[in-house]
Amino acid sequence: MEKRGCEDVKRGGGRRREMNAKPGKAFGILVTFCAMFLFWLLLSGHFDTFHLTAGIICSAIVALISHDLLVKGKGEKMLLKSFRFIIYLGWELWQIVLANFDVAYRILHPKMPIDPRIIEFETSLRSDFALVTLANSITLTPGTITILVEPEKGKFWVHAIAKKPADSLLVDKTMQRKVTNVYMEGG
Amino acid sequence: MLEIIVIIILAAGIFFMFAGVIGLLRFPDFYTRLHATGKCDTLGEVLIIVGLLLYHLCIYSPGADLSVKLVPVKLLFLIVFIFLANPTATHAIMKAAYNTGVKPWKKGDARM
Repeated sequence: MEKRGCEDVKRGGGRRREMNAKPGKAFGILVTFCAMFLFWLLLSGHFDTFHLTAGIICSAIVALISHDLLVKGKGEKMLLKSFRFIIYLGWELWQIVLANFDVAYRILHPKMPIDPRIIEFETSLRSDFALVTLANSITLTPGTITILVEPEKGKFWVHAIAKKPADSLLVDKTMQRKVTNVYMEGG
Repeated sequence: MLEIIVIIILAAGIFFMFAGVIGLLRFPDFYTRLHATGKCDTLGEVLIIVGLLLYHLCIYSPGADLSVKLVPVKLLFLIVFIFLANPTATHAIMKAAYNTGVKPWKKGDARM
């Protein structure tokens, strides 16, 4: 995962250097600066001159160095994607509650109804955000944890604690469909 | 009344953490133990923080100065970061175990 992250940063860097000429960069810096400064204000809670100045300086440094992490250059359909993501988040929260009851049931049941297995499947997802969302969702939902992700093929290795959660990923594919729908990377 | 709700939420959080600990002790191998700790911890911690948040919001902070009133916001950020970090950490440990060749337990095997 980490190695992949480094490669992505390198690749992304190349792409970004090409489009430096566009006005997106200043906008990215501004958005990052505002977000960082808001975060500073919320966390510090002091509004005297010293803390405000320190906050502005720190936010400016962070914004200059890492503006391309928060705001990606290609902003196509960002609003629609965020909207769908929030809806997906609601469903995901409910799944987390179910997951916890499921695991607590398996733990506290005297016979411990577990039948662990490792499954693998491929998806049509390619972008980093989509892969991370699906991997984290799999880990948070009932009875499954992501082991490995292969970003080139969108392939996932998943450890399932019993047959039923494994089938929900292999047969029903509800979660894959939902994430594909959010990021619009159909295939 | 509100105190009762807060107590119920805190108790639910402690119940899930407790279930996680029992799972850590009862489950047969490394991977299944991660299931117990990775999932129960997430909801347990979040429920405890939500309980504290409600308590702070409704009982502690009215009438206090601004820096005290901002504490619930910080707690909210904690919830967000737990939701992001917990599955990621679980996945990282799982992947490390898989790469080093820890053998998964199959149904019918003896306990490791």
